[in-house]
Amino acid sequence: MSRRFTPKIVTANRLREGDVVYLTADDRWSPFHHEAELIEDEAHAQLRLLHATAQKLVVVGAYLADAKPGPNGPEPTHFREEFRTRGPSNYNHGKQADYA
Amino acid sequence: MYSYSEFDEAFVRARVAQFTQQVERRLDGSLTEEEFRPLRLMNGLYLQLHAYMLRVAIPYGTINPRQMRQLAHIAQTWDKGYGHFTTRQNIQFNWPKLEDVPAILQALADVGMHAIQTSGNCVRNVTADHFAGAAADEIEDPRPVAELLRQWSTDHPEFQFLPRKFKIAITGAPHDRAVTRAHDIGLRMVRNAKGEPGFEVIVGGGLGRTPMIGHTVRDFLPKADLLPYVEAVLSVYNTLGRRDNKYKARIKITVHETGKEEITRLIEDRFAELRPLFGGNDQKLLAEIEEAFAPPAFRNAPTDAYDAFYKADPTFRSWADTNLTAHRNAQYAIVTISLKAHGATPGDATADQMRLIADLAERYGHSEIRISHEQNVILPHVHKSDLPALHAALVQAGLGTANVGLISDIIACPGMDYCSLATARSIPIAQQIATRFDELKLEHEVGPLKIKISGCINACGHHHVGHIGILGLDRAGVENYQITLGGDGTETAAIGEKTGPGFAYDEIVPAIERIVRAYLDVRQSPEETFLECFRRTGIDPFKAALYDGEGEKDAA
Repeated sequence: MSRRFTPKIVTANRLREGDVVYLTADDRWSPFHHEAELIEDEAHAQLRLLHATAQKLVVVGAYLADAKPGPNGPEPTHFREEFRTRGPSNYNHGKQADYA
Repeated sequence: MYSYSEFDEAFVRARVAQFTQQVERRLDGSLTEEEFRPLRLMNGLYLQLHAYMLRVAIPYGTINPRQMRQLAHIAQTWDKGYGHFTTRQNIQFNWPKLEDVPAILQALADVGMHAIQTSGNCVRNVTADHFAGAAADEIEDPRPVAELLRQWSTDHPEFQFLPRKFKIAITGAPHDRAVTRAHDIGLRMVRNAKGEPGFEVIVGGGLGRTPMIGHTVRDFLPKADLLPYVEAVLSVYNTLGRRDNKYKARIKITVHETGKEEITRLIEDRFAELRPLFGGNDQKLLAEIEEAFAPPAFRNAPTDAYDAFYKADPTFRSWADTNLTAHRNAQYAIVTISLKAHGATPGDATADQMRLIADLAERYGHSEIRISHEQNVILPHVHKSDLPALHAALVQAGLGTANVGLISDIIACPGMDYCSLATARSIPIAQQIATRFDELKLEHEVGPLKIKISGCINACGHHHVGHIGILGLDRAGVENYQITLGGDGTETAAIGEKTGPGFAYDEIVPAIERIVRAYLDVRQSPEETFLECFRRTGIDPFKAALYDGEGEKDAA
């Protein structure tokens, strides 16, 4: 029996700025995790990742990260991804400051 | 200090021009990320969790006021107004944009600085005793040799693609402040029977996932043989070092797998081949470099004002007791400026603080500044009569914390707040421990105690050699902190012993407090330090303090 696929989002960093971004269903790169496309199918996830890695002049280091559905859109399941949605805990820098 | 020769200047400028073009080609699509990545890493540029990070070398921790001001300028112009001093005597900027990096490197080159070989499988920034050239216990200033090694290793064609990164540390004093026993090569200056200075050569130390204390392969190496000998070590490692497995690629594994005797023989054989090829130009160069490190013209003046102030002002006295170290000139002191204000990020300095440090170094410190691997800033030469004024200026800028060597003087890697390799956060743990012990007003009573925190197994926070080491891990998707005790990074180096199961993020500070309270209970006298006490009692009283009662709590 195959294991159930854990839902995923595609995330990366912007090439020029280094900012964390998420791939949306309408092919934008959003700074917000909740705007990401929540991918529930493994084959589709691979296609979306290919689509992301092909954008060599826009993003760097695209990968699939585990996520779960939430009231406002996908939410991270792991603390590392949660930190990436907001920025460091020692200063009010990064997304938590830029999009406050 | 050493200033760039025409050769250094031309090399660094050429590298900036080259990297500028590489960035352009990356941005216009001529280079893929796979092609660009090794090129950016060769120039110290990483991609971290939230942004790029530029790691700039501060060779052997020596920096002048002009350079410090330039770092402040970079922090303010292209970053978020601060820099992070690291455990390898580098400074990291956490928020540069890729297209700004060429301009930053240009600004660094303007003051004789660079980010070359701060990453990659090459010889990294050579680190040294941060009290070099000033310490009372020093045989000789080790920095000329460190500078010679920097020049020799920079772009060395044979050693650009080593099996793995390679770190050299050097100290000129018997008291090891440079953690030489935990480096790929550690060089400790010693004297032979004739009283001549030379080096004990230690090879194969390292921390990371396989912590090891280095082996002495030569008890006494004459100074003039240093470069061919180091080249022999690198050469043997370059041949034998494993390239099949990243985790077994450091020289510590090579030494371990080959055996100390065999590796010593191989090094000596290679050295015998290489030694005659060094025709003496290295020694000519070293002599020139040594001139550049001539000590400043020390002032001869009374120190009564210092003595009077020390008696009269308890705040000053407390700072003087912890943050000053004996200078070779009795009228002088070595000042450690703590970058560990309680609750602040270890090793961070704002642009304003950097500028103030530069000003104070000019006014009171013969224009010399050092950065320590313990993430503090040093003014190595301050006349004692200037200390009260210096202290007052530091206090005003939030730099007067009297905690050097105490429990809140914590080394912490950037951890998962910045680093893409991290498995847990380090900085907030350091902040909370420092804040907690400040509230308890206990740290001066506890005395010398080094806490070192790493946010992953790679051990940038040197947790293995902390008296108390903390390692942050990811245990089933939750941050978990493992404790080691009894580590020591000095001449009596030791790897800390694991206490047992780790602690959750909100349990680790109370756990550290239990360890410290256990120490206060079992120490024989206030003079017995934490490390001495641990060595006498062993781990049991601390384990009991950590884990006894846990079962009851669970049952409740």
